[in-house]
Amino acid sequence: MTDKYDAIVVGAGHNGLVCSALLAKAGKKVLVLEANEQVGGAAITREFADGYSVSACAHLLYQLQPEVRKELKLSPQMSSEDMTTIALAENGEHVRLSTNEVHGVSEQDAASYIGFRKRMTRFSDLLRTYLNKTPPRLGEMKFQDLKTLAQLGFDVRFGLGKEEMQEFLRLIFMNIHDEVTERFESSLLKGAISLDAVLGTHLGPRSPNTILTYLYRLAGDHGRTGTPLGGMGSVSDELAQAARAAGATIRTGMPVRRIIIENGRATGVETESGERFDSFTVISNADPKRTMMELVGARHAETGFVNRIHHIRCKGNAAKLHLALDGLPTFAGLAKKDYAERIVIAPDEHYVERAFNPAKYGESSPHPVVEITFPSFRDESLAPTGKQVMSAVVQYAPYDLKGGWDSAAKDAFTQAVINTIARYAPDIEQRITATELLTPVDIEREFHISGGHWHHGELVLDQFLFVRPVGGAAQYRMPVDGVYLCGAGTHPGGGVSGAAGRNAARTILKREKAA
Amino acid sequence: MKKYDAIVVGAGHNGLTNAAFLARAGLDVVCIEKNDYIGGATASRNLYKNWWYSNCSYVCSLLRPEIFRELELQKHGLQITPFGGSVTYMENGDFYASYNDSEVAYREMARFSRRDADAYKSYSADTMRQCRLIRDFLLTTAPDPTSFKPGDLRELARIGGKFMEMGEARMYETIRFWTMSVAEYLDEYYETDVIKAALSGSGIIGTALGIHSPGTAYVLLHHYMGDVDGNVGSWGFARGGMGAVASAIAGAFQAAGGELRTEAGVDKIIVKNGKAAGVALDNGDEIFAPVVVSSMDVKRTFLNCVDKSELPEKFYQRVKHFKARGSSGKVNIALDGLPTFPALPEGSSLYSSDMHFIDSMERMERAYDDWKDGTWSKDPYIDMVIPTLSDPTMAPPGKHFMSCFVQYCPYQVEGRAWTSEEKDAFGKTVIDQIANYSPDFKDLILHAEIRTPEDIEAEIGITEGNIFHGELTMDQLLMNRPVPGYAQYRSPIAGLYMCGSSTHPGGGVMAAPGANAAREILGDLRRPNTVPESFGDD
Repeated sequence: MTDKYDAIVVGAGHNGLVCSALLAKAGKKVLVLEANEQVGGAAITREFADGYSVSACAHLLYQLQPEVRKELKLSPQMSSEDMTTIALAENGEHVRLSTNEVHGVSEQDAASYIGFRKRMTRFSDLLRTYLNKTPPRLGEMKFQDLKTLAQLGFDVRFGLGKEEMQEFLRLIFMNIHDEVTERFESSLLKGAISLDAVLGTHLGPRSPNTILTYLYRLAGDHGRTGTPLGGMGSVSDELAQAARAAGATIRTGMPVRRIIIENGRATGVETESGERFDSFTVISNADPKRTMMELVGARHAETGFVNRIHHIRCKGNAAKLHLALDGLPTFAGLAKKDYAERIVIAPDEHYVERAFNPAKYGESSPHPVVEITFPSFRDESLAPTGKQVMSAVVQYAPYDLKGGWDSAAKDAFTQAVINTIARYAPDIEQRITATELLTPVDIEREFHISGGHWHHGELVLDQFLFVRPVGGAAQYRMPVDGVYLCGAGTHPGGGVSGAAGRNAARTILKREKAA
Repeated sequence: MKKYDAIVVGAGHNGLTNAAFLARAGLDVVCIEKNDYIGGATASRNLYKNWWYSNCSYVCSLLRPEIFRELELQKHGLQITPFGGSVTYMENGDFYASYNDSEVAYREMARFSRRDADAYKSYSADTMRQCRLIRDFLLTTAPDPTSFKPGDLRELARIGGKFMEMGEARMYETIRFWTMSVAEYLDEYYETDVIKAALSGSGIIGTALGIHSPGTAYVLLHHYMGDVDGNVGSWGFARGGMGAVASAIAGAFQAAGGELRTEAGVDKIIVKNGKAAGVALDNGDEIFAPVVVSSMDVKRTFLNCVDKSELPEKFYQRVKHFKARGSSGKVNIALDGLPTFPALPEGSSLYSSDMHFIDSMERMERAYDDWKDGTWSKDPYIDMVIPTLSDPTMAPPGKHFMSCFVQYCPYQVEGRAWTSEEKDAFGKTVIDQIANYSPDFKDLILHAEIRTPEDIEAEIGITEGNIFHGELTMDQLLMNRPVPGYAQYRSPIAGLYMCGSSTHPGGGVMAAPGANAAREILGDLRRPNTVPESFGDD
């Protein structure tokens, strides 16, 4: 028998690390087991071509919760902060959006944008409060659940006031398309906002629910984006350091085969290599499907629950394209310093919707939407001197591609993205020395996320709050004693926010105190 | 000049229902209608020789039984003939049929998949549970969640209580059901494409959304929550066409002493000192009453018939942004005889069921993509019925009337008015799709009336021809319908009420909005309530 731990965390993604660090800080003896050689899960920096490194999945930091920063004393070094979003126009007359203002549009649009952001921020601030709380359980109606529910009602009613509450209850079901077409005339502006609402989802701007996804995006730091120095991996490294400093043990290259259930409760984990670690508390940073079906095993939960887990929609649509470039491509109308910003291709709201259409039928977008950054522009550690790295999120690349993601399909999609970018930067193709495309299937394989979904599960109202990941497990606790969840598949969802990890840790500590 | 107690604008089924309940409370009521026939979109029209077309709404099921009984509609001539089943023709020559007899329905499903046949039971039970939940709230006013009035709090508590009663697992199920897409909902039960396609139609009829759009599972209920003779979820034809519904309600209204005036279109609702005072008609006449009830849709009521200066800016903006999208067309056809559908056995009872011609989820969704691009579906979802098989009064002996409801058809083509060529092309699309499964169909066509949302708007007056007077999305349901803060049939103008399908619980020939508005109005006037209580969840 090996040492017994107070808690074992399966997976060292950013949420797993946040959770471990907080538990360790509370004096728990914590072991973290990570399948890959590197910590960070989908928040890592890795080399994709000789001398070129990139944030492999998540590449922008914009949701890291202030509570997490404060409690773990994080201060990630940034290469770019509060990035402007440049919505590319083929004629070079780009539109520039920042948190509170927009340039390159009519005076009327500029004024509307200020009002729009103010309003959205008000709602996203309310949402933010709830990102950092454990959703109440509806059926049991324990005091704590009722209290949270009452608090939610109180905040919505009195925090917002009567009129704004009415507006909130209407907006939350709406789509972004109607909102932007009602408010703005500039196509680029409408396109850029639509893109923000659909990134990482299986939704188009006309799909109801896209206001919620937009608000979710703003609920971190009001939508301010930045790139960490050294890539996203440095954030994970900092988190791992915090966890280690608090006393947690992190072991990489240790894939967990199963969570051991004995007499109806978790007693530890067994790794692929057959090693066994004991603990009565096992916290899974893996997605809920993988946790239930593979790690715990369906036979350990009631069929109705397993069925709900089975129905979680978690097929990703966002791919990552990495380019090694021998120099910066020339975008018409961009100044040198603009390459440090966030550049998007979503020329209008219809373009975004049309990009989504094929995804419904298992086809990739012939004209994809693209979110581009040049992380090496202000960060020499990522590329050889004089060379550059382009990191792009591209949609839509459905997980269930008809015919599968073979190399021909990947090449075709890579080419579609490059052609799309070439409309704005004709010389890009000549600059490319290496490419890497990570489709949701690659992301699933490399980062062990079922479906390769950004949020470990579609971020839609029927998988949100009380019912995320599924009803009955929204409190981070699986119906098997001692098994917890702490990943993006739980409330509130994905993005490098640390919220799920922190909520899970707090829930576990609170339960222990009560017990 | 005579002064009435109340003027009801529009003699659609909701206007008439409202007028009938007001008149039964002893009010002196006039119901005015712009057309020379009553019924609005609930009409039977003689547009070709001896044929009567249900040229807008075409089947009857949602009409609230409470209202049917209270207004004694049977006595006023309304007879509903149940009809059963549906059939979906498949590209491979086969078809999938659904039957009212559950054992037959099971066998038919099992022909495609035993697993699906087994799932049907739980699908029905789960969906009916949602139906029963909402049926209880159809004849009630949606509470305002921001209000602290005792009535609102009581109703909120009642809803909360109903919800809690369901038990934990079903509460979660309910949250999901109300927010998810019909495609995802069906995916949880079925594996066979054609079965899913056949069922998904009810999630998008009249809706400017696709089967994959979140929120469409709920729309299913608007087609399941009705009943004929107490059979929940079943459908029927009104004998004589849908106009029979309107004339029966009008009969009840007139029996209570109400006055009906046709060819009396409203130009303006007269507001004096912030209060409704009457209406000015298109012909210059004025009618006065302290209560004006509009059964027109909310946009037409407030954007066309009330001076902007009378309305709070926020209310005006919200009405302006209320979504009423034209997404459905109609093709009504007079037939020289009964077309044959070779896929069906001769004399099959399925001839009198409703027929569909799209057999896959992908085709369903692609039909929506065309609409998003501003054009009609090139491979549309058609809900086709031949009512004359059940009701021979609608056509001469041996001849038939065919009603084709078509999803999707835009209000305008790529943002501009329909040309007559486009309208013909739209009609041809529909006829061709049916003809693919019925070789003699085209030769039997004597007359076809092709109706785009633009035509429906021009004739009936419904903004964009939206059959529900506004999208049935969650942002426009319950306390949000038509706009937050005004979901209780009152408007910002004292004495001006709404009773059309833009209000809770929405469209379909249900008559609930009209009845609910009457209850609120009678309450405000301190008159006895004549509107029946909900039968509950039966």
